[in-house]
Amino acid sequence: MNFDITTLIPVLPEIYLLTLASVVLLVDIMLRDDQRLLTYILAQAGLAAGLVLLLVLPGEGKTVVFSGHYVRDAMGDVLKIALFVTAFGAFLYSKDYLRARKLFKGEFYVLGLLALLGMSVMISANSFLSLYLGLELLALSLYAMVAFDRDSPAGSEAAMKYFILGAVASGMLLYGISMIYGATGSLIFGEVSKGVAQADRLVLVFGLVFVVIGLAFKLGAVPFHMWVPDVYEGSPTATTLFIGSIPKIAAFAMAMRLLVDGLGGLHEDWQGMLIILAVLSMAVGNVFALAQGNIKRMLAYSTISHVGFLMLGVLSGTPSGYSSAMFYAIVYAIMALGAFGILILLSREGFEADRLLDLKGLNQRSPWFAAMMMLFMFSMAGVPPTVGFFAKLFVLQAVVGVNLTWLALVAVFFSIIGAFYYLRIVKLMYFDKPDSDVALEAGWDTKLGLSVNGLAMLYFGMFPASLLSVCQVTFG
Amino acid sequence: MSADWPILSLTIWLPIIGGMLVLAGGDKAPNITRWLAVIVSVATFLVSLPLWSGFDPATAQMQFVERAPWIATFHIEYHLGVDGISMPLILLTTFISILVIIAGWEVITYKPSQYMAAFLVMEGVMVGVFSALDAMLFYVFWEAMLIPMFLIIGVWGGPNRVYATIKFFLYTFLGSVFMLVALIYMYFKSGNMEILGFHGLKLDLTEQILIFIAFLLAFAVKVPMWPVHTWLPDAHVEAPTGGSVILAAIMLKIGGYGFLRFSLPITPDASNELDWLIIAMSLIAVVYIGFVALVQQDMKKLIAYSSIAHMGFVTLGFFIVFIIFARTDVTGGAVLGIEGGMVQMISHGFISAAMFLCVGVLYDRMHSRMIKDYGGVVNSMPWFAAFMVFFAMSNAGLPGTSGFVGEFMVILASFRADFWFAFLAATTLIVGAAYTLWMVKRVVFGEVANHHVAELEDINKREALVLGSLAIAVLVLGLWPAPLVEVMDVTVRNLLAHVAVSKL
Repeated sequence: MNFDITTLIPVLPEIYLLTLASVVLLVDIMLRDDQRLLTYILAQAGLAAGLVLLLVLPGEGKTVVFSGHYVRDAMGDVLKIALFVTAFGAFLYSKDYLRARKLFKGEFYVLGLLALLGMSVMISANSFLSLYLGLELLALSLYAMVAFDRDSPAGSEAAMKYFILGAVASGMLLYGISMIYGATGSLIFGEVSKGVAQADRLVLVFGLVFVVIGLAFKLGAVPFHMWVPDVYEGSPTATTLFIGSIPKIAAFAMAMRLLVDGLGGLHEDWQGMLIILAVLSMAVGNVFALAQGNIKRMLAYSTISHVGFLMLGVLSGTPSGYSSAMFYAIVYAIMALGAFGILILLSREGFEADRLLDLKGLNQRSPWFAAMMMLFMFSMAGVPPTVGFFAKLFVLQAVVGVNLTWLALVAVFFSIIGAFYYLRIVKLMYFDKPDSDVALEAGWDTKLGLSVNGLAMLYFGMFPASLLSVCQVTFG
Repeated sequence: MSADWPILSLTIWLPIIGGMLVLAGGDKAPNITRWLAVIVSVATFLVSLPLWSGFDPATAQMQFVERAPWIATFHIEYHLGVDGISMPLILLTTFISILVIIAGWEVITYKPSQYMAAFLVMEGVMVGVFSALDAMLFYVFWEAMLIPMFLIIGVWGGPNRVYATIKFFLYTFLGSVFMLVALIYMYFKSGNMEILGFHGLKLDLTEQILIFIAFLLAFAVKVPMWPVHTWLPDAHVEAPTGGSVILAAIMLKIGGYGFLRFSLPITPDASNELDWLIIAMSLIAVVYIGFVALVQQDMKKLIAYSSIAHMGFVTLGFFIVFIIFARTDVTGGAVLGIEGGMVQMISHGFISAAMFLCVGVLYDRMHSRMIKDYGGVVNSMPWFAAFMVFFAMSNAGLPGTSGFVGEFMVILASFRADFWFAFLAATTLIVGAAYTLWMVKRVVFGEVANHHVAELEDINKREALVLGSLAIAVLVLGLWPAPLVEVMDVTVRNLLAHVAVSKL
């Protein structure tokens, strides 16, 4: 077999990430504890350089390499850029938090980068096999990150739950994949979608059910959401920040690759399943979030409801629906990043800001960051002029466009319920008196990052076309 | 006439950017903050004046149009323009905003920069609501309005402010999201978000009725109409004076404006079909809410209920047109109904603002809104008493004040529709007089109730300026409403001609 080195060019981002993770690992071994900052700087510089690499890498149309198992296309490129940007933000915000808790270890960055690699592979997967590989790499890295604070019982418990449920989900997914493989005779998405027409419908749909269940587990959609609140609550906030934001981008990609690229022929079948999942997610997510006193749990349920919204875009089955879901995924990742970033900002040595009450009177302690948090909350609630509104608008437009107006009505109904708990946060920050006057401790870099992050909510809310056009280009 | 200057954009963005500056200034030098806020609001008012002077009342076309692509792929545009319906409301907004800023001058001591900034941002956003011609732009402004108001009530409000403000937010949010779905639906029908394009959109009756109900939810909550009015008394009572003024004077008008801009022209057949519902709700508001106002112990609550009753006139005026069409086949009466509703909106903007400011003046001194805590205020505050009595009279619809004009026009129009509508509507002349004047009697006149009242100081120059300018506005509009009516006449006739044609 002739090997042409240029076929590797599309895979450069993944090769780069793997190299970076290895370099960070090796360098970290040689560092003393007080030099740990170098690891962080190396990881961040690596991510920044990777971002540049992604931006300059030539890419036209669609390239398939590795015997059809890997694809490079516009959607993948955009999602990877979003991945790198949010990962950069996540590392940035978590630095001070980890240091204050003596968790500032190189492994966090190595695991983070490996998770990123896994997501990157998922985004570019063109077969069930490569998708599954990426998924497992992501999941294994996340399990370890959840248990990153070895001495925390809650962390270990969360990791255990996550691991077991994740393993069950992977099993489901694999089982479904095996069915579809049996019916169509291929693992490559392109081949599968061709094979769908002739294959035995019953076996296919049977397999599809398990694939969708596996997907729902990973997305955290109701009724497969049980792990989400526990994992969010039990993990160190730095990990919650990571899990809560970035993997949503990869999960969206996974849904697209599996359902659209691979099983697009079964659209009618999975549309019904996704409708059920979406409605349940929006209902349970929003209603349960009302009752939470722990803000990490609240944000976990809020994630579940956002996943429901995201699925609305996918299930519409139109290019504008896909681009609206993509817009939603990217926007949600940035929103969640900022919201958890504020929690990290409020935490300090020996104090974990994870109750709603810890936000009390933030406007008196720091009007600027209270305003930023307010932007995040209004954005999550979907109130203009923040970008969260447009994310919801485009998704709703997609479902109304395929004559599912009733679904749009259900969605807006639950978003009203959702508005309440976001408002409660604003209420705590603005209308209540603070319990403590301790000034916020955070480096200039975190503060700058959060400010940019918050203002982005407003910027993209005023000029949504800039981000939207990027998402639309990818779907022609 | 098209503008050489983007006057509408200036009127929207000047206060918003000014508000940001005020916010950035912080609270280190509150006086500079206040002056900056006043300068911004006065400048905005001056900028908005050419809308009146340059307005061509002979055409129903949109004027001062500005158009630029916003979200090009979805054909959503930054499209602004005014006609005879929206232009007076914009001027009302910029005018009242100055008074609100001045009224909060030394009263607000907690974070004055945030307070002033919230009002300035809100001013810009409200102007945006009135001038948006793209449905999505309208919706963005419409919802964005909630954020500053939420904060204003919640941060500077009374003891029960949190309940009131969350109720306010959720109520309005509930109403408007269904409108959003309706707008998206029409977007797929017409391919863009042009409000004027929606006017000509063919819709069958079922679609129209569903869209009408979605709009009704949004606008009825905003107006507010009975039975979705319950947020208003809470919000008014808990809001700081400035918040109450903006709520009553402008925000409620946005609901009325919505009926004229969306419900009537987009769904004329559904409006025709369901006009009995609106008329019934309006009459209940006028009569029943009037009686509710009668028994209030709290001055702000009383004025809040009186606002609901007065807004009932507005919606009554807007929706009796179909019955007039059916009965008389002459558009004259229908024009009178809509124009009466419009005049009533502007007039209520002045009067309710003045009433809330009067209560604010008392509250700043006594920290009570309860009627029973007062009595004989005239003895210690003669100037104030003069203003209060004057505004109370105009609230009761005394001829010569603006309150009379709108109510009279609507009642006149109702006679063309049905005697009993007019009869019920006219009861407000009695009930309205009863609750307003009874309150004035108990608060202003009589024996000095207690030593607190005896020690009251009369209004200062700042308060006199605010109340005086409102008094002039009420008088001018009451004695000479013709310019206002002329400005909107062609637009209203055009609207009616459009509404009279069935879309089926």
